[in-house]
Amino acid sequence: MTAVSTPDKVFALPERGASRAASPLQAVEKFVEPSGIAVDISRLSLTFQTADAPVTALDNIDLQIQRGEFVSFIGPSGCGKTTLMRVIADLATPSIGRVTVNGVSPEQARLMRAYGYVFQAPALYAWRNVLRNVLLPLEIIGMPAAERKARAAKYLSMVGLEGFERKFPWQLSGGMQQRVSIARALAFEPELLLMDEPFGALDEITRDHLNEQLLQLWHKTGKTIVFVTHSISEAVFLSNRIVVMSPRPGRILEIVENKLPPDRGLDIRDTTHFLEVAHRVRKALRAGHSYDD
Amino acid sequence: MTTDVATLPAAVWPTGGTRFAFHAVPVVAVLAFLIVGWYALAVWLNATQVTDRFARDGRRWTVLQLVDATWSMERPVLPAPHQIARDFYQTVFATPIDSKRSLVYHAGVTVSATLVGFVFGAALGIVLAIGIIHLPVLDRSLLPWIIASQTVPILAIAPMVVVVLGNLGFSGLLPKAVISMYLCFFPVTVGVVKGLRSPDPLQLDLMCTYSASRAQVFRKLRWPSATSFLFASLKVAIAGSLIGAIVGELPTGAQAGLGARLLTGSYYGQTMQIWSALIMASLVGVVLVSIVALVQRLVMRHQGSAA
Repeated sequence: MTAVSTPDKVFALPERGASRAASPLQAVEKFVEPSGIAVDISRLSLTFQTADAPVTALDNIDLQIQRGEFVSFIGPSGCGKTTLMRVIADLATPSIGRVTVNGVSPEQARLMRAYGYVFQAPALYAWRNVLRNVLLPLEIIGMPAAERKARAAKYLSMVGLEGFERKFPWQLSGGMQQRVSIARALAFEPELLLMDEPFGALDEITRDHLNEQLLQLWHKTGKTIVFVTHSISEAVFLSNRIVVMSPRPGRILEIVENKLPPDRGLDIRDTTHFLEVAHRVRKALRAGHSYDD
Repeated sequence: MTTDVATLPAAVWPTGGTRFAFHAVPVVAVLAFLIVGWYALAVWLNATQVTDRFARDGRRWTVLQLVDATWSMERPVLPAPHQIARDFYQTVFATPIDSKRSLVYHAGVTVSATLVGFVFGAALGIVLAIGIIHLPVLDRSLLPWIIASQTVPILAIAPMVVVVLGNLGFSGLLPKAVISMYLCFFPVTVGVVKGLRSPDPLQLDLMCTYSASRAQVFRKLRWPSATSFLFASLKVAIAGSLIGAIVGELPTGAQAGLGARLLTGSYYGQTMQIWSALIMASLVGVVLVSIVALVQRLVMRHQGSAA
C-alpha cells in the first residue's frame, strides 16, 4: 500500500501495477485487470491568458487512469481539479502536453460520446420534465424512440426516481435534481463518467446517501469514474485512488492508494483503516500548503 | 430520499368571489376617481366657451345651467365621459359595420395592418436575432444599424414610406404594415438575442459533451430558453405595431382606420370622435396584448413553467 508521492513516481506505471497485483482486494482487481488505460495524461500544462498576467492553472500533470478505476481529484479551490477534468472532457484545451481518452484525443473521444459528464450544478433544462431531461442526450445521439424510453426508465429507476418522470425540475429537491443529472449522464451508457463535485451543493445526509448509491452503481456497472471533490471523507469513501492537488500552479502533490472493501457501507468511515487513509490525504494537502490561505 | 417536495400544497391565494373582489375594488376605486376628475376638468375647460355663448345670447345663468351646458356641448374642448360613451356606443354598436361611420370598420382596417406588420416584424426580428447569435460578423455590422433605425422618429419615416410605396403602386394596407413592421422588429430582435444568449455555460457545456450540432443546440436549448424573452418582446412589439399602423394612417389622406378617424376628428373639431377612436385604439391594444399573453401562458404551461 505505497502512497506514490511524486509526479515522477506516478509515471512509473509497472511498479504501481505490481503493487496492485499483490493487493488482497480481488474485487478491485476484477475491474482493473482486464482493462487498459482509460485516461492518459502526460506532461500537461495549461495557462489561461488573463488581462494582467497569464495564470498557470495546471502545471506538468502526469496521470494514468485505468479502466474501471474510481479516481478522485481533491484539493482546495483553484487547484485546477475542475480544469483537469474539463481537459479530459475536451471542454478546455491544454497549452502543452498530451492527453488521450480511450486511446484517442479528447476531442475525438467527445465526438464519439465516450464519456458522460456530471456538473457541479444539475444543469437540468427547466422546460423539460424529468423524463425528457434524461431523454435529451438520447435524442441528440439519434436513438430510436422506443429504445430511448426504455433506457431512460432503466436509469431513472437506478437512481431511485421512478414515479417522478412527469415532474419538472423546480418541483424536485436539490438531491433529486442531481440524481436526474446522474441518470442523464448514465443514460447513453458511457464507459467513462466524469463527475465534477456533483454533491458539493447538497446537505451531508443527502450526500452520504448519494455516495452510497454511486458506489453501488460503480460496482454494478464497472465504469471508470473520475470524481472531483472538496471533501476528504467523500474522496476516501468512494475512490480507489485519490489524487491530491495543490493550487497556484495546480499540480499533483501525491496520489494516495486506497484499498477499502468493495462492499463498504457508510460505517466504514469509523474504522481505523479509513481514518488512516483520510489522515494521509490531509497530510498531503497540508504539505502543499493548502491550508495556508 | 425526500418525496414531499413534489407534493407541496399550492400557494394560498384568495379564490373565487373573494379573489374577484380582491382585484376589483381597487380598480373600480381608481376608475371612479378618474371619472369624477374628468367631469370636473370638462367643466373647467369648457366653461369659457359656454359663458361666452351665454354672454352673446344675453342670458343670465346659474351654476347648474353652466355645468349642464359644459357637459352637453356639440364640440367641447373636453367632452364629458357620458358623451364619449354615447358617441362610442353609436359608432360601434348602432352603425352598420360596413359603414364608413362605423368605428368597428375603422378598427378592423387598423387591426389588419397591425397584424400583418406584427407577423412580418416578429419574423424579421427573430431571423435577425438568429443571425446575430450565430454570425459574429452580423453582431458587429448589423446591430448599430438596427439601433440607428430606431432613433429616427417614426412620424418622419412614415410619410416617406407611404410616398415611396405609393409611387411603386402599393397603397392601402401594405405601407401601414411596413411601418408597423419597422416599429415592431426591434424589440423582438433585442429580446430574442438576449433570450438565445440566456442559457448558462453549464447547459451549453452539456450540449458540447454530447457533441451536439449547432442546429441541435439551437432547437433543444437556445430556442426553448428564449421563450419568455420572446413573449415579453412580442407584447411590446404588438403594441408598437398598433401605433405604427395608426401613425401610418395619418399621411394616407385619411381614408380609413383609427388614425384616419383621429385626423378627420381634429380637422373638423370633432373631439368626441377623437376620443372614441382613442378609446377604441386602447381597447384594441389591450385585446392584442392579452392575446399574446394568453398564448404565452399556454406555451409556458406546456413547458411546465411554475408560473
